[in-house]
Amino acid sequence: MLESYIPIMLVLSFALIFAVVMINLSSLLGPSKPDKEKLSTYESGMEPIGTARERFSVKYYMVAVSFILFDLEVVFLYPWAISFINFPKAEMVYSLIVALIFIFILFVGLIYEYKKGVLKWD
Amino acid sequence: MPEWLIDILITLTKIVIVEGVILTAVAYSVYAERRVSAFTQNRIGPNRVGPAGLLQPLVDVVKLLMKEDIVPAKANRLVHALAPGISILVALSTFAVIPFGDKILLAGREIKLQIADVNIGILYILALVSLGVYGVTLSGWSSNSKYSLLGGLRSSAQMISYELSMGLAVLGVILINGSFELDTIVQNQFGWKWNIILQPIGFLTFLVSAFAETNRTPFDLPEAEQELVGGYHTEYSSMKFAMFFLAEYANVIVASSVITTLYLGGWQFPYLQTFGLPDMLVSILQVLAFCGKVFLMVLFFIWVRWTIPRFRYDQLMNLGWKAMLPLALANLVLTAIILTLFKT
Repeated sequence: MLESYIPIMLVLSFALIFAVVMINLSSLLGPSKPDKEKLSTYESGMEPIGTARERFSVKYYMVAVSFILFDLEVVFLYPWAISFINFPKAEMVYSLIVALIFIFILFVGLIYEYKKGVLKWD
Repeated sequence: MPEWLIDILITLTKIVIVEGVILTAVAYSVYAERRVSAFTQNRIGPNRVGPAGLLQPLVDVVKLLMKEDIVPAKANRLVHALAPGISILVALSTFAVIPFGDKILLAGREIKLQIADVNIGILYILALVSLGVYGVTLSGWSSNSKYSLLGGLRSSAQMISYELSMGLAVLGVILINGSFELDTIVQNQFGWKWNIILQPIGFLTFLVSAFAETNRTPFDLPEAEQELVGGYHTEYSSMKFAMFFLAEYANVIVASSVITTLYLGGWQFPYLQTFGLPDMLVSILQVLAFCGKVFLMVLFFIWVRWTIPRFRYDQLMNLGWKAMLPLALANLVLTAIILTLFKT
């Protein structure tokens, strides 16, 4: 069973070697003449004002939180989906009803978020 | 030679060929993008290096290799170097589970035209796609530049929003096939039984999410040039910049392959078996069918980019959460109900 993952390990190591070599290659081949202006932060030719380490809109954070919630719920649907077609008719109907209740709760959560204005960007 | 060594050698050969083809295809999809965009805008595009400009990608790579590698003084050096690595690593390894042809018999040995035949193929793809967001977010944060930070933030919020509808759209295909194995899914799409016919809404949702996941127009807000310069890779130069560039096009190719595999019949070539051709020729034609479908999808990605204007950020988020997510859920429920009704 686990043997089928050896090719994946090989692919990942190939990609890793490729990434490491490529990223280091240009610092070997390219010139290196750093100066103060060149190493300063780009801001359309102006002197940088402040730093980028500032607070950002809380909405990104809200999106991340709701993503984790919904993604977990989607993950719970996967085991159901993979076995669904192999069930006999009676169990299929039963599992469909259970899944519909689960999806309904998921959907109510989405409506709640919508009404609370979490998904509002303006 | 022991049996396991032969297996590993076969796998290594497959990896070298497939990755080689992907990297070449990436270089030439950049070229294709430039030519198609020029054609759309009534320009000529690169046509000087080699016949019809065909050597342009090679020259570009050499140019990028010879450029100075600039790391901004305020950047976090380690993460700054790590981020393009993550991007390219994810982009190059996602293809591992995609079947690009049926089994072939070579020297009395059955060889699967798929690098890794794991039974959780779809989960592997979804897992790697969600890892891709790290490359973009970390590059945005580590550059310590306002443009990069905004680009990275936008991109992470966008990618995770559309990942939901992507995961839900795939569920429709899993429901029909009862398997995570991509090979089984392709085998089930024999003839014209392509999933796009059985799952039109799922296909649409998946397609839109794939555009958002690869940060392509109309969802290319992470690098909206007019407002964010280069977006998350503003502070990158030389090969590190090229890695993001490579990863973007590799992602387009991988997304096209996944769409082909899940919805457009993978390597299936309708009515091919009825002609009575030799087995080897059938296999080759199937691989070519897969390549052709992927090529058309990539062309579609490019075509859309030069046709449709960019969304505003609130429109993007509204589409993701208020249209795509309910649509994908509705598709899932509809598929399950229809499957139950037709079950004997």
